[in-house]
Amino acid sequence: MKATVLVRPKHGILDPQGQAVESSLRQLGFAVGEARVGRVVDLEVESDDPAGARAEVERMCEQLLANPLIESYEIELAAPDD
Amino acid sequence: MTSPQPRIGVLRFPGACDDRDALWALSALDAEPVFVWHTETELPDLDAVVLPGGFSYGDYLRCGAIARFAPAMEAVAAFAADGGLVLGICNGFQILCEADLLPGVLRPNESLSFVCRDVPLVVERTDTPFTSRCAEGERLTIPVKHGEGCWFADDALYNELETSRQIVLRYAEPVNGSRNDVAGVVNERGNVMGLMPHPEHAVDPLLGTADGALILSSLVEAARDRALAGH
Repeated sequence: MKATVLVRPKHGILDPQGQAVESSLRQLGFAVGEARVGRVVDLEVESDDPAGARAEVERMCEQLLANPLIESYEIELAAPDD
Repeated sequence: MTSPQPRIGVLRFPGACDDRDALWALSALDAEPVFVWHTETELPDLDAVVLPGGFSYGDYLRCGAIARFAPAMEAVAAFAADGGLVLGICNGFQILCEADLLPGVLRPNESLSFVCRDVPLVVERTDTPFTSRCAEGERLTIPVKHGEGCWFADDALYNELETSRQIVLRYAEPVNGSRNDVAGVVNERGNVMGLMPHPEHAVDPLLGTADGALILSSLVEAARDRALAGH
């Protein structure tokens, strides 16, 4: 089963990378508000059971993929037919 | 029993680059340093451990995030839990934070620029095994070289650390955007310390400053005391 993890800097955490991207976009003439830069992790999980797979990916996020002090995460599981 | 030279382990991770400097500096300060490879599951008989600077595992994911799961780190956690002295320098500091052995986390510098220069520091505490040779309020000059040295803790954690006096070193001027200019912290028990500046690059006046020797020789002295006390 395929899973996608989105890791983002937590709300309120200064994101200098996002600020740099934001100011570059403005220089290019785009009217953008705040830009935040996170990270995407695509995974293949052995489990075919969505609940089990989600629980396992959650453990991965807690232990390694995100640092809870500064990052939040979201897990998306691909539909079983994909 | 005499043990004039305490044995200090220097961990080696793939991507480390300051391990040899740490080894050299500890030798120069009359310790007997030994390398410990990251795949070791047990530490040799040691009086202290140093996690040197560098870019362990290429700094992938987050600095220190992968290294904290190295087999040797489990042994370091057990060593620290037993009261053993552990000093993390730069990447070593990042690893200790990721491993929850130290509070907070190191983030990309606010400027997004790599900072590489001598910086002024203020010693906040001298009753630690890492700063006993310093004077309170003393200003030290020690080089930094990092892209991710911006130490962060949220309000609750920061206030807790202030109350328990766990901030040991501060920058005397803004360097990387660190919260309240924090440059080095200890754990609650006081036997684990991390700092972004590199004392191992500053133990000989020939290198511009020897202030780093105050930190490292404090550690060597404390390690010697532990060796003499039979731990």
